[in-house]
Amino acid sequence: MMSRFLSPQATPRALATHFAATRRDFLRTAASLAIGSTVLGSSRLLHAAIPKRKVIVITFGGGARDQETFAPEGQENIPHLIRDLIPRSTFFSQVVNRGILGHYVATASLATGVYETVNNFASLPPEHPTAFEYFRKDLKRPASDAWVVAPSNGFNRIGESSHRAYGPSTGARVILPKHLLKAANAAGQDYEHLLRDNYETPLYAPQLSGNDFELEQLGMLLKLSLDDFKSHARTLSSPDELSVYIVRQLMRELAPSLLWITMHDIDIAHAGAYSLYIDGIRRTDRLCADIWKAVETEPEYARKTTLFILPDFGRDADDDAGGNGFQHHRTGDTLSRTTWMMALGAGIREGVVFDRPLDSTDLVPTLGSMLGFTASYSQGKPIQELL
Amino acid sequence: MLPADLKPELFAAYPPQAKKLVASYVPTLQRLPLAYVPSLLREVIEYDFKFPAERKALEKELANLSSLSPEQTKTWFQAFSQIQLSSELEKSDWVNAPAQFVENLSAHLWTTHQLDAFRTAALDYADRLHAVVLPEPPTIPRLGITVIGQGAAPSEEPLFRKLRPHGAYFTNIKPQGGLEALLKACADRAQAHPIPYGHWYIDGGDAAAHDSALTCVSYGGLGPARGALSEKIRSDIERPGMGPEALRTLMARLRPADLGFTAATDPVLDRFQVKLLTEGSGTQIFSTTFAQWAAREALRRAQPHTLLVRFAPRQRQKPMNEMLASGRESADFDPAASLVDADMGAYYNWLNLQRLTGSERSSSVVWFEGHNEAVAVGPALPRGTTSDASTSVEQLLSWAA
Repeated sequence: MMSRFLSPQATPRALATHFAATRRDFLRTAASLAIGSTVLGSSRLLHAAIPKRKVIVITFGGGARDQETFAPEGQENIPHLIRDLIPRSTFFSQVVNRGILGHYVATASLATGVYETVNNFASLPPEHPTAFEYFRKDLKRPASDAWVVAPSNGFNRIGESSHRAYGPSTGARVILPKHLLKAANAAGQDYEHLLRDNYETPLYAPQLSGNDFELEQLGMLLKLSLDDFKSHARTLSSPDELSVYIVRQLMRELAPSLLWITMHDIDIAHAGAYSLYIDGIRRTDRLCADIWKAVETEPEYARKTTLFILPDFGRDADDDAGGNGFQHHRTGDTLSRTTWMMALGAGIREGVVFDRPLDSTDLVPTLGSMLGFTASYSQGKPIQELL
Repeated sequence: MLPADLKPELFAAYPPQAKKLVASYVPTLQRLPLAYVPSLLREVIEYDFKFPAERKALEKELANLSSLSPEQTKTWFQAFSQIQLSSELEKSDWVNAPAQFVENLSAHLWTTHQLDAFRTAALDYADRLHAVVLPEPPTIPRLGITVIGQGAAPSEEPLFRKLRPHGAYFTNIKPQGGLEALLKACADRAQAHPIPYGHWYIDGGDAAAHDSALTCVSYGGLGPARGALSEKIRSDIERPGMGPEALRTLMARLRPADLGFTAATDPVLDRFQVKLLTEGSGTQIFSTTFAQWAAREALRRAQPHTLLVRFAPRQRQKPMNEMLASGRESADFDPAASLVDADMGAYYNWLNLQRLTGSERSSSVVWFEGHNEAVAVGPALPRGTTSDASTSVEQLLSWAA
């Protein structure tokens, strides 16, 4: 009876403020960040001299909680973020996702700046224009200049919307590394550990397919031979490692100006094994640092790239009786909706943390202000502290 | 159809005891909003297969609803009444398939951005209910025991980090005969206080020898059911149109007979075990997930006075198809990772025990099986302390319980 509906200990607003304050206090002490305020004003002067700016967005997915990341007991899981990236970042300690907490639909919402309502498990495009469509249309950029590297079957439509003013062939090219691998290894079974899909229903393991188009991407665009790709894949341990390998190849060969990478390893938490969830966080932390290293070392990206890292959302709180702690993101409680975002690189002030609540939908208009497009349909607002 | 249209004959397909129960409350249900009623019926339709504590709670909830005046009913359910539902939801067969309705309602609430409003309505209702329908207190203080780390070497990471601030940490436990002592303590409590489904033993591997007074569920014992479920999943996944949501719906419909349970001696426990496998996420493949989820569900539903949960090594992570296919004999185990899983599971067991009535008197003990470390939390134990005194498991229990 009682367990159907149980009362929280504090109001959502109080909890969200508490989480933000915890992150801020930690960042002040451990990473020596200053507290930002409106007094600091904008970063406009920093933006003035960025030639041919590029933007990379990494979603730190699928869903990690403070206690395994920024809380004192979680810091050991994100050494690279803490040591290498946060000190160079402007950090927002309270980013609220008010939409549907499914990974595809939440990522689509991040990419459109509108809380999308498409079925999380159906292969459907977002209903509102994506950042990639705004970017390409407003700036007349070719298809090769906007890419999405995504983890699973469900994300194959995220590059462009069903919006009538945009839509087919106006958005980003989407690369699904697992499809590439499946196509490259049509006959073999050697790479099953890299082909895991859809953690939200652990038992549902859909058949992945790869075809000639994927193989064409591999050879023509990424300049990878089948053998090189397969032999490198053999050295990797997770789908996100495979994604980052493809990202590095994309950066080297095509150097897109707008690159979106969706991490997903952490979502193994749905299987209920805490150790695997922690492994996923640690791996994602390392892979974020790897991408930043690539940004710094690739001539096409060095000194002109702004990197955003943010989770699509969190996971359920331990003290919400309606959930089962870290395992899922089903309750819609405050912890699962309240996350963070860091921005670093070109045009970004280093070592500052802001407490004020942002909305997940603020990302796209902010990208627009940085890159020069107008996100006409977005519900969010540009983040002034980054502009 | 709306609740106002309900008639007793619409419940004809309900199991016998559920049908009898709901028959007295049809006029009450007619006064309630559709956003609420199916979630109640989802419990009612399972009444025949519920544990005594659940039955009592449901009976009290229904009695309370029928005692509300029209004005009170309006006040209690105003927020639910404001939830906008779709015509598809209204037209669905929510009387006979309330769980399906609730699943579709959840999707509808997310999609229409009404989840927060529903959550507020639900919490408000729960608060009102708590205020007038007091949960049954336990007849003896509850005791939760978690045994972790079977087969694992001492961890490099400190254990019990989340629990130590709440109780006493012991570093010099004498491990000999520890498991037997714990099982005996549980059996003694069960013998002294015979309460149906009041004393549980859950094992993530094969159950050790135990007193028959304990309600026992084990991952090893469910091996044939897990095998049957794997076969069903493998064949269902290949059917056209199958997706994660359809698979979940199909699994929710499975009954004990579908998974090879025969000649039911305890239909309530059989149904409970099937739900662990069909509604739990990961319980079919990782024994650590199974043990944690089984404990959570036993505490939530049966509200036991005694619960012993023993974690066993889980299989190493592999591709899903391989994990579904592997039998226990052929599995490649990962004791070190399982210790991490179980340490968190022990914390969740404590949290879930704290949610039950009488939590101020309840106690928890967690022991690293075969080793010297344990933590005990209870009213008689000082918080945040450490003891390096040589201590037997029996002594530990006597201080905790």
